[in-house]
Amino acid sequence: MRVALFITCVNDTLFPGTGRAVVSLLRRLGCEVEFPAAQTCCGQMHVNTGYQDEGVRLARHFLDVFGDYDAVVAPSGSCAAMVREQYPRLARAAAAGPRHAPVGGGPRPPGGSSAFSRAAAEMAPKVYDLSEFLVDVLGVTDVGAYFPHRVTYHPTCHSLRGLHLGDRPARLLAQVRGLELLPLPGAEECCGFGGTFAVKNPAISAAMCGDKVRGVLDTGAEVLCAADNSCLMHIGGALKRQRAGVRVMHLAEILAATEVQA
Amino acid sequence: MSGAFLGMPAFPANAAHAVQDSQLRYNLRKATHTIRGKRAAVVGELPDWAELRAAAAAIKDEALRDLDTHLLTLEAAVTDAGGHVHWAADAEEANRIVTDLVKATGETSVVKVKSMATQEIGLNEALAAQGITAYETDLAELIVQLGDDWPSHILVPAIHRNRSEIREVFLSKMAEWGRPAPDGLTDEPRALAEAARLHLREKFLSAKVAVSGANFMVAETGTLVVLESEGNGRMCLTLPETLISVVGIEKVVPSWRDLEVFLQLLPRSSTGERMNPYTSTWTGSAEGQEFHLVLLDNGRTKVLADEVGRQALRCIRCSACLNVCPVYERAGGHSYGSVYPGPIGAILTPQLRGMGSELDRSLPYASSLCGACYDVCPVAIDIPEVLVHLRAKARHSPAERAGMRAAGWVLDKSVRLAKAQRLGSRFRRLAPKRLPGPLAGWTDTRDIPEIPAESFRDWWKKTDGGRR
Repeated sequence: MRVALFITCVNDTLFPGTGRAVVSLLRRLGCEVEFPAAQTCCGQMHVNTGYQDEGVRLARHFLDVFGDYDAVVAPSGSCAAMVREQYPRLARAAAAGPRHAPVGGGPRPPGGSSAFSRAAAEMAPKVYDLSEFLVDVLGVTDVGAYFPHRVTYHPTCHSLRGLHLGDRPARLLAQVRGLELLPLPGAEECCGFGGTFAVKNPAISAAMCGDKVRGVLDTGAEVLCAADNSCLMHIGGALKRQRAGVRVMHLAEILAATEVQA
Repeated sequence: MSGAFLGMPAFPANAAHAVQDSQLRYNLRKATHTIRGKRAAVVGELPDWAELRAAAAAIKDEALRDLDTHLLTLEAAVTDAGGHVHWAADAEEANRIVTDLVKATGETSVVKVKSMATQEIGLNEALAAQGITAYETDLAELIVQLGDDWPSHILVPAIHRNRSEIREVFLSKMAEWGRPAPDGLTDEPRALAEAARLHLREKFLSAKVAVSGANFMVAETGTLVVLESEGNGRMCLTLPETLISVVGIEKVVPSWRDLEVFLQLLPRSSTGERMNPYTSTWTGSAEGQEFHLVLLDNGRTKVLADEVGRQALRCIRCSACLNVCPVYERAGGHSYGSVYPGPIGAILTPQLRGMGSELDRSLPYASSLCGACYDVCPVAIDIPEVLVHLRAKARHSPAERAGMRAAGWVLDKSVRLAKAQRLGSRFRRLAPKRLPGPLAGWTDTRDIPEIPAESFRDWWKKTDGGRR
C-alpha cells in the first residue's frame, strides 16, 4: 500500500513539528509514508471564503498530486473533510458549468469537469485524518506512547460533524501511558476559529474563543489537544496572550511521544 | 422585506456591539441552552429520527419540484371550499391585497396569529399607514410590539428579554394598547402570562378580522395548518368574521399523509415538545365566515431557481438552528437585520433580498461553518453548503480579492510556496506582534504563532524524511 502524507499548508508552514511527529509515529508502527513534494494546499480557505475559482484550481492540483496513492493521511480533520465532503460538491458545481463562461463562448478548458468529478469521487474514500488512519486502517489504538500529563481534548467541528471521528481520538489517548484525559465542558461547541471567520467577525470569534478557553481552564489540564492545528492556533493564541500556562499540542505530537524522549 | 432593517450596518459591526451587552449574552445563553437541551432529549427518544428527517427533506423537495402544480391544486381546493385565493408577487402587492380586504370590512383593527410571512413583508407597518391597527396576540410577539422592539428569534421573538424586562414593558406600555397591566404586577411567569391573557382576551372577543400565516398548506384538500402553543391562534382563527392568511408559496405539501412526518418533527425541533399543544386546521370558509388566502412569492421563485440555494425553502421555521448556533447565541437576532436571524436567516435573507446591501452581503459570512445547524435541522438543510455557495456569489472587496489572488498564486506551485516559506523563516525575528489592517482582528485577542526556522517540506528534503 502506497501511503502519502498530506501535511497541509498550515502545518507545513507553521507547525512542522506536527508533521515530524506524524512521520515518526507512523514509522514506529511500521508504516512508511511518502511526501509528494508537489503538494501545496487543499483549497479550503479559498472555497470557504468565496473564491471558488482559486479553490477549484487547488483542488485539481491536489487530485493530480495524490491521485495515484492508495491512502492519503492528513494531520487535520478540517482539510481531510474538505477533500472528502467539498471536492465532490465543487466537481458538481464545475459540471453544472463554469461560473464565468469563457470569453466568446469557446469550449471549456481541457481536463474537463467529468475528469474532476471522477478524481474527486475516487479520492473521497482514500483520504484519512490521522486518527482514522490509525484506528481504521492500521487497526491500532495503543501506539506505544508515553505522555505523563493532564490533557483535555477539543474535538473540533470538522472532525466531529464533518468526518464523524467519534471516539477514535479518545480511544487513542486512553491508551497513552501516564496520560490523564480530562473531559472538556462544552467540548462540541465551535472554538470560533472558522478560517477567515476569525478576521471577518473578530468580536464573535473572540467571544467564542473566550468561552472555549474558560472551559479548558476549568478542566485543570496542562495540555489542550486537538486534531487540527488551525483551531489550536486560535485557542492557543488566546491562552498565550492570557499567559494561561496551558500548552496546546496536536494529537500526533502526543501520540508520537515516548518514554525515551521523556 | 420589512423596511425597518434597511440601511443597517453589516453583521460584524452589529455583532461586535451586541456581544458586549452582558445582559443580552446571559439571556440568550440561558434561553438557547435550555431549549437546546429539551430538543436533544425528545429527539433522542425517537429511534427513527434520521428516517423522519430524510422523509421530510424528500417530501419538501418533491413539493418544490412540482410547486406550480401543487399551488394550482391548492387554489382549486380552497376555492371549492368557499375561500378566496389571491396571488402576491412581492411584499408590496401582498400588503395592498390585505389592506384592501380589511378596508372592505370597514374595520380599523385586526388581531394577528404569530406569522413570519407577515413580518417579512412588514404588514403591520403597511396596515398602520392606512389607519389599521394590527394587534399581535402571541405572547412573545405582544412583548415585542408593546416594547416597540424587533423580534430576535423565529420561535421566541422576545428571547432577548428576561422576565423583569418584560414586566417593565407590560407596566409602561399595556395601557396604550388596551387593558392596562394589573397593579402590583410581579415578574413571576404566571403573573406575566395572566396579565397578557386579560389584555388579549378583550382583543379576541371584539375582533372582526384576523390575519394569520400558516405552517403548512395541504394541496389535495386546500387545508391550512397552524401550530401554536398558547391557544391565541385558535381564538384568532375561529372567532372573527373574516380571516386573511398570508402564506409563502413554499409552505405547500401535496397530501395529508405528508403532515404526519412534519407534525412529529416540528414540535420536537422547535419547542422540545413531543406533541404540539394547539394544532388548528381549516379548509376554505366556515359558515358565516369569510376566508382569504394570499399566496406570497416575494423572492421565493428566485430562490427555487438556484440549485444549491433552494434547499432553504424546505425550512419549517422550527428555530433549532438558532438554538445551537454559537454565533447567534453571542450576536443576538437583531444583528442579522432581518426577521429571519441565525443560520437559516444567513442563507434565506441574502437569497430573498439579494446581496445588494453591505449587510446582506455580510450574512453568508456570519458563520464559522461549524455545522451544528445542519446536524439539528429536521429537514436536513445543509446550511454550511449554502453559506459557502452564497459566499462564492457575493461581491468581495478589492483588497481582499487581491490578497486571496496572491495567496492562490503562491499556493498554485509548490516551488512558490517553498520560496515564501523560506522568506518567512529568514525574517521570522522581524514578525510583528500586532498585525495591520483587517488582520488586527486576530492579534487584538490572540498571539500569532512563531514562524519556524524551517518548513516541513525543507526538513523532509534535508533529512530525507528524517532518515538522515
